[in-house]
Amino acid sequence: MSKVRVLVGTRKGGFILTSDGNRQKWDIDGPYFGGWEIYHMKGSPVDVNRLYASQSSGWFGQVMQRSNDGGKTWEAAGNEFKYDGIPGTHQWYDGTPHPWEFKRVWHLEPSLSDPDSVFAGVEDAALFQTTDGGKTWHELAGLRQHRTGAKWAPGAGGMCLHTILLDPHNPERIYIAISAAGAFRSDDSGKTWQPINQGLRSEYIPDPTAEVGHCVHRIAMHPSRPNVLFMQKHWDVMRSDNAGASWSEVSGNLPTDFGFPIEVHSHEPQTIYVVPIKSDSEHYPPEGKLRVYRSRNGGMEWEALTNGLPQRDCYVNVLRNAMAVDALDSCGVYFGTTGGQVYASADSGDSWTAIAQNFPSVLSVEVQTLL
Amino acid sequence: MIRIVLPAHLRTLAKVEGEVTLEVVPPMTQRSILDALEGRFPVLRGTIRDHLNQKRRPFLRFFACEEDLSHESPDALLPDAVISGQEPFLIIGSVAGG
Repeated sequence: MSKVRVLVGTRKGGFILTSDGNRQKWDIDGPYFGGWEIYHMKGSPVDVNRLYASQSSGWFGQVMQRSNDGGKTWEAAGNEFKYDGIPGTHQWYDGTPHPWEFKRVWHLEPSLSDPDSVFAGVEDAALFQTTDGGKTWHELAGLRQHRTGAKWAPGAGGMCLHTILLDPHNPERIYIAISAAGAFRSDDSGKTWQPINQGLRSEYIPDPTAEVGHCVHRIAMHPSRPNVLFMQKHWDVMRSDNAGASWSEVSGNLPTDFGFPIEVHSHEPQTIYVVPIKSDSEHYPPEGKLRVYRSRNGGMEWEALTNGLPQRDCYVNVLRNAMAVDALDSCGVYFGTTGGQVYASADSGDSWTAIAQNFPSVLSVEVQTLL
Repeated sequence: MIRIVLPAHLRTLAKVEGEVTLEVVPPMTQRSILDALEGRFPVLRGTIRDHLNQKRRPFLRFFACEEDLSHESPDALLPDAVISGQEPFLIIGSVAGG
């Protein structure tokens, strides 16, 4: 019997929810690391019991955690993230140069082939990697040292590297996204990088079509088609069919094209999900209705998914790391809210159930399918 | 014997209860006792002092003998009462509202 394990990071700890393949009854374990911000937890795709967690605090900084038994027990891993060489500066909010300063790990992306290898996206934006199961971390400095790096600037939430996508067909290809620098691609395992922002248009920067400076909120791809990327930007839902070389807008009939997460159905590469948010100053759903929107044709044509979601007086947000899918035959879709609810759908989004109601504000959701 | 009181989150992280007692090689300074603390509990590295510059993390305070020692030089000798073990060295997380 297959099982599903949902890893939920919140402002005050991590939680692990488990269910059988029916996904009707859920057990909740946690909080793990109570009182700490758990920006992200993710499992290795080659060893489902190897989990990594980013544990951070404004008081105590960054701690990394690792589990070898599916989250039953945890051990602290290495937490030193040292930028390579003399870090230099990026642009500060007021336009002045500001030294690169490590603040926290936003995203963990375990290798597709080695449970001891994990990429970490951090704030201030940089990409790190461990190859020894988290004991030590080293920077893939070619990204931060890109010729545009000194121009990168933080968004209101900080200058974070929040998305890492590994191409399952090409082990040397990595996509990342930074708020507010944009998306980048490496074709040599992270040594060198190129911005992939052509076609993005951002009215909040002096040159709306600049090479960098775009506030990309999330990118997603289906593993069977790694050249097709979907992006939720700070306004606009975008699509690329050429590995990010160019983008076109696919916001279509969405009620608003602002939002944070974007996800792809596990079996239908053209089926994508977003959660429209009213605006960048009102971080809640339009009309107080929490609606996931699904496109079955890769964007442009969207349908609202509302069955089981609150359709009045709902003013929560869904953050960029807080949506995921499972790999069961009937694709499960999951997301968490800033109001502490975790919603799950076992039927590709047609109907939803709250599987947790009263968690702290949810920062991240990941799903493991245990076959 | 130096006595150190950790904030709750760091006690959990270090898997200790109550005060931590440490044998520290003189001179007894903030630096030497924190070096000894991190030597015994490596998981605390980076949580009290920045990894790189070894500065106190901004939202932590160091108190002892009813004095705020946070802004003392890390190489200044600690009060006699801390060195003798009569008084603990307190590592305090600043309060937050909400």
